[in-house]
Amino acid sequence: MIAEFGLAALWLAAALSALQLLAGVLALMRPEQAAVTAGRRGHAPSVADPPETGPGPLVRPAAVLQAALCATAFAALLVLFARTDLSVSLVADNSHVAKPMLYKLTGTWGNHEGSMLLWVTVMALAGGLIAAVERRLPERTMLATLAAQAFVALGFYAFLLFSSNPFTRLSPAPPQGMGLNPLLQDVGLALHPPTLYAGYVGLSVAFSFAVGALVTRQVTPEFAKVMRPWVLGAWVFLTLGITAGSYWAYYELGWGGWWFWDPVENASLMPWLAATALLHSASVLAARDALRAWTIMLGVLAFSMSMLGTFLVRSGILTSVHAFAVDPQRGTFILALLLIYIGGALVLFALRAGTVSEGERFAPLSREGALVVNNVALSAILGIVLLGTLYPLLTEAFGVRVSVGPPYFNPVGAIFFLPMLVVLAVGPLLRWRGDSFKRVSRPVIMVAAVGLGVLLLVWLLTGIALLPLLGMALAAMVGVGSFLPLRGRSLLRLPLPVWGMVIAHFGVAVALFGMAADSAFQTERLVASRVGETIRVGPFAVELAAVSPTAGANWTAITADLQVRYDGGAPRSMAPQSRSFWAPQQEVSEVALLTRWNGQLYAVIGGEAPSEAAGETMGQSGTSRWQLRLWWKPFVTFIWYGGLLIALGGTLSLVGRVSEDLRRRTRRGLIAGRRAEALA
Amino acid sequence: MSRFLAAAAALLFAAMAPVPATAQDRLPPAPYADRQLADPGQEAEARALMEQLRCITCQSQSIADSNAPMAGDMRHQVRSRIAAGESPESVRAWLVERYGDYVSYEPRIGTATWPLFAVPAVLLVIVLLILRRRLGARR
Repeated sequence: MIAEFGLAALWLAAALSALQLLAGVLALMRPEQAAVTAGRRGHAPSVADPPETGPGPLVRPAAVLQAALCATAFAALLVLFARTDLSVSLVADNSHVAKPMLYKLTGTWGNHEGSMLLWVTVMALAGGLIAAVERRLPERTMLATLAAQAFVALGFYAFLLFSSNPFTRLSPAPPQGMGLNPLLQDVGLALHPPTLYAGYVGLSVAFSFAVGALVTRQVTPEFAKVMRPWVLGAWVFLTLGITAGSYWAYYELGWGGWWFWDPVENASLMPWLAATALLHSASVLAARDALRAWTIMLGVLAFSMSMLGTFLVRSGILTSVHAFAVDPQRGTFILALLLIYIGGALVLFALRAGTVSEGERFAPLSREGALVVNNVALSAILGIVLLGTLYPLLTEAFGVRVSVGPPYFNPVGAIFFLPMLVVLAVGPLLRWRGDSFKRVSRPVIMVAAVGLGVLLLVWLLTGIALLPLLGMALAAMVGVGSFLPLRGRSLLRLPLPVWGMVIAHFGVAVALFGMAADSAFQTERLVASRVGETIRVGPFAVELAAVSPTAGANWTAITADLQVRYDGGAPRSMAPQSRSFWAPQQEVSEVALLTRWNGQLYAVIGGEAPSEAAGETMGQSGTSRWQLRLWWKPFVTFIWYGGLLIALGGTLSLVGRVSEDLRRRTRRGLIAGRRAEALA
Repeated sequence: MSRFLAAAAALLFAAMAPVPATAQDRLPPAPYADRQLADPGQEAEARALMEQLRCITCQSQSIADSNAPMAGDMRHQVRSRIAAGESPESVRAWLVERYGDYVSYEPRIGTATWPLFAVPAVLLVIVLLILRRRLGARR
């Protein structure tokens, strides 16, 4: 019953999105004509007119109801997974009675159909939310925006209902489910995809706003102010999703890597780059009415990258850890959606961009100027990531297989990233519209001196490679530069968005420092060790105290007991595990991490080491040797602290902007109330 | 001869020993798969190279980041060749000859890959042009 109920809710939601699209389009076609005829008769429609009749008023309620129905469908799927209802094909394929409850629930989106349903649910909720609360824009722009949102959602509803139905029944029901990939049975999975999707799909709002503004040609500072909180929200989620995903890969894959330039990672990085550029460009539009077309373009681009990412991950075109769906029919479907939406938006942009002027002008040395550098650099980096991600797929289509990895992305991306960081360190000090070198020369010289000082010091003391060296120097510059906008200002009266900017920029410095420190200074020890032996890695002495068998709900394991001393201090325990899951059968290393303020010790037990042919005979098999992998990773945690700081900065900005808006609303309400009293 | 016998016995024993179900059909990894070279300089070279080589049987992982037996074998190859005095680039060339360009994460400029280098150059020009147009002219 629940499955049928969910499916019915999903169909109804799809029908409502069709209604929302239709009513929106009809309403957009109507009033323009009405205005024309009214104009001919000689009396323009006034603001005080009673709300119009016709299809327009249907749009917002349709959006809200659609969100409720889609959420209901998702809740139904959650219940099916919680109960392990094996008569539903998706549950039977991806779950198992013996799985812990948490992973039963998170298993809902640990598969193709469920994750697409989550995708559409987030999209519907975002649309419902703007329909319910956003009233600052001209109503026609809102109608166009909601119609665009419904148009995109409709395609993805069709995709779900026709090629990825999560509620398909299976008859007869199997006695037992197939289980969930053990790599995915982890708390990280509970958080990672929903967070990432909130960001990915949250950007659909920016896309729809951009389309709406293009349709009505209303690209104003007000438009940027309305769009900005939504972009900020999506961007915060995306930042958290990428940060969490990176940490998840770090501790789950068991080799200490935190970024692989894997196409799936790139798929989440590309919308982030576009959204970051959009955020900064929207600030320029909101504050100075400049960069209009550019902001619209980035709005379209950001969600286009989300859809491209969805296509790459969901179509099975990449075969990677994340791609659990391989089905060409689905791939073609998403590709078609991708072409319709991105192509359609770009055509609209090409038709309308000419009528949207670039807006206010500004001097090269100004806040706007610095933000233009940020925008073009981020866009160029996006171009490189896009190229490096898609190029191997392209050549593969022609029978040539090439790999594009870190040795390409790191240096080529750095060409644009490093100069951008220099501008980031001093840009926030500049004034809007125009500034003079004289006014900012002192802080600029100070930041430059810090950068050069760190560069020379680190180079002379350690002689590390060029990229980490530059990374350290720039981290210092950005770190110092990020706090300079606070100079001479009352910290208590500083608006929240300024705090947000300062903290987010400082987060960039922190993350950069972590990346540079880890890649330059990590130490590695791979050993086959007997119980009782002590291994030195970096400043640590690690004793393999014991190895014992362990059992969990759906796995058995060997667990190592490591006694770890930092610099001869008191011992601390670490317990890395090598787990063997039985549904499905797979071996997974559970990493043990020892976190200190200045880095992490990363320990893995790989299993029993093979006895060496030379020098060892059968008689010694009683004292097994265990394969251990140990890394001392100085300041590696700063990468994720930095990511969290960036997200915190975004959150503060968001809170600042939203409360500003709420204050304005209540003020307006008070004025309206007083006016009503005066009239009475 | 006795060493040969011992090895043969070891093999036989290994084949008959009750191994965990999941570890079946797996040969013991090659010696340098998970053991570092004694010379830290050589190990650093090997490590840097391993991070730039793709594990052929895995999904977007370098051989330095993979549990796959194939990655272990390749790590063994890299380490033992570098220990024997080969330069990292010649090891890379040997692997590319064997497995194709696909094995190296560092694309070489060639007939199939030149756009990877041309496009960033074009992007750089475009970026400079945009900056000149937007920031240069007015003073």
